[in-house]
Amino acid sequence: MNTPTRRDPAHVYDVAVIGGGVVGAAIARDLSGHDLSVALVEARDDVGDGTSKANTAILHTGFDATPGTLESRLVQRGYALLSAYARDTGIPVEHTGAVLVAWTTEELQALPGLKDKAERNGYHQCRLIDADEVHRLVPALADGALGGLTVPDESIICTWTTTLALATDAHQRGTQVLLGHAVTGVAVGPHHTTLTTTRGTVHARWVVNAAGLGADTVDRLFGHDRFTVTPRRGELFVFDKLARPLANKIVLPVPTSRGKGVLISPTVYGNVMLGPTSQDLTDRAATDTSQDGFDFLLAKGERLMPRLLTEEVTATYAGLRAAIDHGDYLIEPTPDQRYLLVGGIRSTGLTAGMAIAEHVTQLLRTAGLTLNPRADLPPPPRMPNIGESTPRPYQDHQRITEDPAYGQVVCFCERVTAGEIRDACHAPLPARNLEGLRRRTRAMNGRCQGFFCGAAVTQLLHAHGNRGGTADPEENR
Amino acid sequence: MTRPPTTLTPDVLVIGAGPAGLTAAAALAPDLQGEVLVLDREQHAGGIPRHSDHTGYGIRDLHRVMTGPAYARRLVDRATAAGATVRTQATVTDWAGDHAVDVTTPQGRLRVEARAVVLATGARERPRPARRIPGDRPHGIYTTGQLQNTVHLHHAPVGTRAVIVGAELVSFSAHLTLREAGCSTALMVSQHAHTESYKAFSLAGRALLRVPVAHRTRVTRIIGKPRVRAVEIEDLDTGARRTVECDTVVLTGDWIPDHELARSAGLELDPGTLGPLVDTALRTSRPGVFAAGNLLHPVDTADIAALDGLHVAGQVRNWLHGDQGTPHAGVRLLAAEPLRWVSPGLIRPGDPAPPRRRLLLWTDDLVRVPRVTVRQADRVVSRHTLPWPAAPGRVFRVPWSVLRGVDPHGGPVTLDVR
Ligand SMILES: Cc1cc2nc3c(=O)[nH]c(=O)nc-3n(C[C@H](O)[C@H](O)[C@H](O)COP(=O)(O)OP(=O)(O)OC[C@H]3O[C@@H](n4cnc5c(N)ncnc54)[C@H](O)[C@@H]3O)c2cc1C
Ligand SMILES: Cc1cc2nc3c(=O)[nH]c(=O)nc-3n(C[C@H](O)[C@H](O)[C@H](O)COP(=O)(O)OP(=O)(O)OC[C@H]3O[C@@H](n4cnc5c(N)ncnc54)[C@H](O)[C@@H]3O)c2cc1C
Repeated sequence: MNTPTRRDPAHVYDVAVIGGGVVGAAIARDLSGHDLSVALVEARDDVGDGTSKANTAILHTGFDATPGTLESRLVQRGYALLSAYARDTGIPVEHTGAVLVAWTTEELQALPGLKDKAERNGYHQCRLIDADEVHRLVPALADGALGGLTVPDESIICTWTTTLALATDAHQRGTQVLLGHAVTGVAVGPHHTTLTTTRGTVHARWVVNAAGLGADTVDRLFGHDRFTVTPRRGELFVFDKLARPLANKIVLPVPTSRGKGVLISPTVYGNVMLGPTSQDLTDRAATDTSQDGFDFLLAKGERLMPRLLTEEVTATYAGLRAAIDHGDYLIEPTPDQRYLLVGGIRSTGLTAGMAIAEHVTQLLRTAGLTLNPRADLPPPPRMPNIGESTPRPYQDHQRITEDPAYGQVVCFCERVTAGEIRDACHAPLPARNLEGLRRRTRAMNGRCQGFFCGAAVTQLLHAHGNRGGTADPEENR
Repeated sequence: MTRPPTTLTPDVLVIGAGPAGLTAAAALAPDLQGEVLVLDREQHAGGIPRHSDHTGYGIRDLHRVMTGPAYARRLVDRATAAGATVRTQATVTDWAGDHAVDVTTPQGRLRVEARAVVLATGARERPRPARRIPGDRPHGIYTTGQLQNTVHLHHAPVGTRAVIVGAELVSFSAHLTLREAGCSTALMVSQHAHTESYKAFSLAGRALLRVPVAHRTRVTRIIGKPRVRAVEIEDLDTGARRTVECDTVVLTGDWIPDHELARSAGLELDPGTLGPLVDTALRTSRPGVFAAGNLLHPVDTADIAALDGLHVAGQVRNWLHGDQGTPHAGVRLLAAEPLRWVSPGLIRPGDPAPPRRRLLLWTDDLVRVPRVTVRQADRVVSRHTLPWPAAPGRVFRVPWSVLRGVDPHGGPVTLDVR
């Protein structure tokens, strides 16, 4: 290991990973498990602030992937890796299972084919069920389901904690996390590549491009012209926790060529989610929500589960999938440039991230990077629990007696304590603004959206030496 | 979850130290052998008036006009002086029995097992997502609650030019707060058609003169990154849209009771108010659990909430003194359009009149000279013309006497107004 503690602009890293989303964080973590100096170069002020913060947070089995693709293999492998990693680090996961529900005869007829496809993807637990069983599994569903297919291992996970855990782990293994460094130029030299960023240059022998929506732009900086990212917007509604008993399982539509369609899913925070929409855009920053999107979702929700719509909406948000003109992940090394592209990680990257990292490491080894596993690795971080399936600090008498800050509830709706806010502000990768704090603690994410706690949470953030505003204050999720 | 190691056993547990809870506690404490314990999750007791730093409080209960913070202090002092225990930073998180709850405090987890419980958890304004307003998600969007917390309790800055969504009592309260924070109000938007809906407020009346109001208008989009730059508004009649520049948006009104505990107890809810369904004794559907304040009628003024508290105290006392028989089934009170709800929602033979001998109703349309009709099973029970308007954005109070002639066994009773 020879990573500098303070960034030395002349230092030449062994590898620079561009993009601090779930994919880039997983890659940096994997690489820094070897005797390498690694930099994670992220444009924004926080890791996990792009597509990785705004998705449906399902840990996919990969039952419906296209058999034989790299995506199919990596989603399946990623499911296993992330499930195990979540246990080690405390990332909230709930193995709720899913039911695909057929509402038309065509959909019903498609189910056996989907079961077959699942088996070709190596997943053998799907079961065809009749309408009665569908309604027994999800009693709040609208009448009129014709049948279903169960996917018992489909799970829900905390997407925010996942990226944070991987990035924190990478950081503890010695990766230099460079926030606010947007890569704007690339010069490939004989021995190393120089990245021009909005905060100075970064030199590295190898460069991995995991820039998500920006991956094609970065790829062009390397002189390639092999793909174009189309931002495919997905808007979502999050319903009040009081709705949670309505949806104890993920309710999936029968997929169409436009993607996975609109689902209803519980969240690990105890809410219910409805979405996403699917709309191709050109603006890569268009994470605004739209009246059309709302109308579409409400109409869908009305057909799927009318009772859900009588509950309050706690949050609405939109995420952008990095869709590309290519039917699979596009992961390609260019050894003579000591460069590797990770592109087109569209709608499964949260699940596949760790497997993508494993795959990338293999490709880099084959391409000539020397990789010696380290014997002295620190243990993975233990992440603060922001899920509902295991006790949270406010419920833990012992912990409160040891530190009364965990008994001081600040955000009442989400029951976030002053202790957790303090911890998030002083974590290895600290919350640097309100949005980062929300992703780390859930503060202000609840039904009142700050009516009661907004001012107090902001003040605590300031008291811990951080600012309330942000360079890009896109709300979480 | 493990059982909290400490158990408290007051006679009465009051959840929520706002005007309703504090007034109930002050009235109960002198009369009871056991303890009256008031729990509030905030750092300071007093409820919403704590941060509503303008005058207009205390008129009907204390018979004087004072500011919100002064009023809050007064009610806290009175409850404490009466012998009630007021404990803050105590968040009631779960039920642990019919009259038992678990609580988080900085001293640890507590269980409270009481003989009777009063829910007085108040109401809040719906935030932006619940109003389903699309667009960007920038900084600078507040509810009045957050705005007043920010300005009055935390003395933090807001923007310089605001659009206020809503034109009801609370909206003018927001306007006053903005003014104090040095932020001008560029526009108020209201879905309603008439100035009358808020003319009635003398406090507001004066402030209003300087605020332009766009009637029959709604916000269709929020624009700006990282901070609000503008809102898009739509004329509800013509469909015409335009943008109004602003760096602050305050979403006012559109109330919902803080009914989480009521719902998690499985109490029967009133589909109109979304608070627990109560009778005129303010009993909920669970014997020994009562409710008072804006949890029941989102929202009326603080003095009305306080007088609910006074009323419920008498009923709790009766309950503790053995009057625990199953109350008579009674009949439902229902509101017909344009009325959204009526509180209380249940009348039973032999029960007392409601607090202040008034029914509280909420209207979606302005009716200048309201004629209230009470019907039961196709029979007109009574018709009364009232000398005050039924106006959106504030509670329409109707004398209890309009129900004279209702058959307490005769099926649901409907009120309408024309
Ligand atoms: C609506 C929706 C629902 C989804 N649901 C699921 C799901 O249920 N399960 C699942 O597994 N997946 C899901 N996904 C997909 C998943 O969210 C993505 O595949 C994953 O987050 C992609 O991660 P990433 O690291 O590639 O991209 P990102 O998280 O976008 O990270 C890329 C990072 O690169 C940075 N960057 C870009 N350009 C530059 C530059 N020039 N210099 C420096 N940094 C740069 C960006 O700031 C960003 O932080 C969903 C996606 C969407 C949109
Ligand atoms: C901006 C604004 C301006 C207003 N202006 C006026 C005015 O000028 N004059 C006037 O008369 N009225 C005014 N009102 C209305 C007045 O504030 C309310 O009518 C009054 O506060 C209602 O009292 P309450 O006791 O029902 O509820 P609240 O005052 O809301 O009190 C409820 C209490 O319950 C606590 N609580 C809730 N859940 C829990 C839990 N789980 N555990 C522990 N504690 C809990 C809360 O922390 C809170 O303190 C205004 C309201 C607002 C929002």
